[in-house]
Parts: sequence; structure tokens; C-alpha cells
Amino acid sequence: MTTVPAKDDQEDIEATGGSGIADDPSEISLDPGAVLADSGVEELLATLDAELVGLAPVKTRIREIAALLLVEKLRAQVGLSAGPPSLHMSFTGNPGTGKTTIAMRMAEILHRLGYVRKGHVVAVTRDDLVGQYIGHTAPKTREVLKKAMGGVLFIDEAYYLYRPENERDYGQESIEILLQVMENQRDDLVVILAGYHDRMDRFFESNPGIRSRIAHHIDFPDYTLDELLAIARLMLDQMHYRLSVEAEAALVEYIELRRSQPSFANARSIRNALDRARLRQANRLVARRGQELTREELMTIEAQDIRASRVFGEEVQEPEAAVDDSAVRPS
Amino acid sequence: MRITQGTFSFLPDLTDDQIRAQIEYSLAQGWALSVEYTDDPHPRNTYWEMFGMPMFDLRDAAGVMAEIASARATFPDHYIKVNAFDSTHGVESLRLSFIVNRPEREPGFALVREEAAGRSIRYTVRSYAVDRPEGERYG
Ligand SMILES: Nc1ncnc2c1ncn2[C@@H]1O[C@H](COP(=O)(O)OP(=O)(O)OP(=O)(O)O)[C@@H](O)[C@H]1O
Ligand SMILES: [Mg+2]
Repeated sequence: MTTVPAKDDQEDIEATGGSGIADDPSEISLDPGAVLADSGVEELLATLDAELVGLAPVKTRIREIAALLLVEKLRAQVGLSAGPPSLHMSFTGNPGTGKTTIAMRMAEILHRLGYVRKGHVVAVTRDDLVGQYIGHTAPKTREVLKKAMGGVLFIDEAYYLYRPENERDYGQESIEILLQVMENQRDDLVVILAGYHDRMDRFFESNPGIRSRIAHHIDFPDYTLDELLAIARLMLDQMHYRLSVEAEAALVEYIELRRSQPSFANARSIRNALDRARLRQANRLVARRGQELTREELMTIEAQDIRASRVFGEEVQEPEAAVDDSAVRPS
Repeated sequence: MRITQGTFSFLPDLTDDQIRAQIEYSLAQGWALSVEYTDDPHPRNTYWEMFGMPMFDLRDAAGVMAEIASARATFPDHYIKVNAFDSTHGVESLRLSFIVNRPEREPGFALVREEAAGRSIRYTVRSYAVDRPEGERYG
């Protein structure tokens, strides 16, 4: 279990939030723009756009949710409360499509809009919720729920909670407690379930209670080749690296090959590939003892740093690849 | 006779909102909260029964409030208190402890005299409530 604190832990949400009905409605602003600016959500959405490539359907849904909460706030100010909307969500998609990343951002956005009080994320999997013996599960699940209150409970690979092959499985007990809290303590926490698409579908089929309590099912598509490249550039940029022209071409080839291999994990595979390329670059530079390195050299990833990857397999034997690959190739 | 043990006990009973505010304060200080109960009101009875485990790493009072609600439902006629524990090295003790539930009727204490050697007398107090066995004392 990991807990990620809210960025602005100390910030008092009453300052931006507060859904109390004002005495004199003429004094409060019902301009959505003003409220948006006030909450700082606009910037959050902008950084979301800037820092995360693609994910159009996800971003659209987040904007919709932000709009709903915003309007709900305005409505409350003129006494039109409909009660807090249900915001439990499910994130489905393949590995490395950004589910965890978005969940963290979501918590921040919900916090800014005053929907969750603290805005931290508690990320758990089955082992954090389900016990080993009779009487162990309920306290374990409750403990996690208590920690998540005021923020977001993120349950990764949620389908492991339900093991139909074992009718005495304690997962069911955990699910029932979750259901209760999701229903009765909506304003205390938001539950986000995440996992692969088909398995989540099956999980929801066998647990209609959970499905019906989830208002937002958000699907994370696989990234296209262009998006993966853009993600790579973004990551390199953040780490202050650049690709040489040849390295860029090598990376395109790399991604194409890597994508067709099993255990491809979208953006995570890209991050891992870049980490390994950094390793090879460092190795290559260290091998040049006795020479001054330029800032440029320290920044640049060359084609050989990428082509040395196992993904290229025999293709390294190809003439043009072999040339690029001549320098360092860890055996 | 109204038992006065712990912080705030000379004030009127705290409302739930006031309890929540105290808990928020404690959490902001980084203290761990726990809930305890007893039906033995003797002032020297400082170790009450634990209601569940102490709660570490909470961010929000809602979790503790839920625990208090569940303790009240289980022991409506017991004394229930909330403790805030500071685990800072060198402190490692309670910072705050206050009663959040008490029996509707608190019968008070009898003064007990014990004749000791040499015609001296020892005094002590004994709660009327503890004349009955544990669990049957109030309500
Ligand atoms: N759209 C994106 N733009 C930039 N970086 C991204 C994007 N999506 C994911 N990443 C990066 O990819 C990595 C993996 O993302 P994340 O952990 O969110 O995936 P996930 O969907 O939770 O995967 P899993 O199902 O395996 O848990 C992270 O380092 C994240 O920063
Ligand atoms: Mg993840």
C-alpha cells in the first residue's frame, strides 16, 4: 500500500471550496469562469494537457467531471443542492496507459473543487484489503478505508478481489464492506478501481453491486506510435536529454518492434527503454576516459545507445544497424 | 455524579462537530488516534479496553468518527474516550485524551472506610456502578 500525499496538504479548502448557501445571493459570483479561476482547476487541467500525451477520452471525461462539480457548487450557492454526485470510477486499459498517473491527478482536481477534503491517494491491491484467515479481512479493509478517507482509494487490479473459483474466498467480504462505504460515505472518499479491460468487465458482471455504484467508467486506449514517440520526447525533455537524428530514427524502429512483442506496457515500456538507453550512454561516455566531454555529449543519446537493445535481436546484423551499433554493445 | 477524566471533561459534552475538530487538530499534529471504552469509572482506572487498533497514517477525521460511531453502537452505556498518541522519539505518549460517550446515569461513588491497625482509618472510593458485574453496570 502506498499513500501519496496531496500536493497542497496544508491548504485550507474552505478558502476555495465551501458550499454554504450565502445569505445574499446578489453578492456571490455565479460566473463559472470566476469560480474556475478561483479554484485553480484550470491550471491543473492545463498541466494535464501539457504533461500527458494523448488520452483524449480521459481528458474529456475529467473536464466533464470538473464542470459538473463546478456547476454543483454554483447551484449550491443559490440553494439548489442535489446532494453530492457519486464519483466512484473505474479505469480500464492495458498496462502503462496512465491509469495510476491519472488517478493521482484526479485526486488533486477533486480536492481543488472541494469534493474530497484532503486530496491524498491511497493505492492498494488485493493483499492490502483481504486477510489470510477468518476475521482478518474486515479489520484490514476498514483500516485501509479509514486511511483513504478525505481522499481517493485506488484499487489496482481490482478483479483479484473476487475469486469465483473459491466460494470461501475472503475477497467477497472485502467487497461487501467496500460497497457499504461507497454507498454511505460518498462524501468521505472516492473509490477508483483499475485493471485490464476484459477482466474488469468480468468482475463487474459477477459484482453488479459494484458496477451500479460506479458512475464513471473510463477506458484508457493504447497509445499510437506517434503518441509513444511524443511520450518519449516528453520524458527525455524532463530528464534533460536529447536524441540525435539517428537515435530518433532508431527509437521509431525500436517502438515499432517493441509494440509487437508480448509484455509491451505502453508508456512504461518507453520509460524503461529510455532508462536503459541512459545506462548505455553513460557506459559509452565513461569508456572515453581522458577526454573532455561537452555539455552536448552529456545530453545526447546516440542511435547506438538504442540499437544495442535486445529488442533489435538479429537485426543488429543488418549492415546499417551494425555500423551504428559498433561502439558499445554489452554482451 | 459526572465523571471528569481527561481533557474538556469540565465542559459540557462535546458535540460531534467539536469532536471532529479536535481529531482534525490531532491528525494535523501527526498524532495517532485510538478509541477506548470501560464501564469502571474509578479515577485510577487509566487503562481502558481498546476498541480496535490505534489508527496510524490517517488523513481525515472521518475514519475516526466512524470508529467512534461504531463504538457507541456497541457500547452505548459505557464510557468511551478518544486518545491522541504522539510517537515522536522522546515523547511517545498521549497528548490528548477526552471522553466522547458516557452512560446516561452516573450513580457516583461511595466513601469506603477501612478500619486499620491501631484504630486508624483508611479511606477509599468505590463506584456504585461496580456493584454489578462488568458489562451490566449501566443502562
Ligand atoms: N500520456 C502519457 N504521457 C506521458 N507519460 C505517460 C503517459 N501515460 C503514462 N505515462 C508514464 O508511463 C508510466 C506508466 O504509467 P502508469 O503507471 O500510470 O500506467 P498504468 O496504466 O497505471 O499501468 P499498470 O496497469 O501497469 O498499473 C508512468 O511513468 C507515466 O508517467
Ligand atoms: Mg498502475
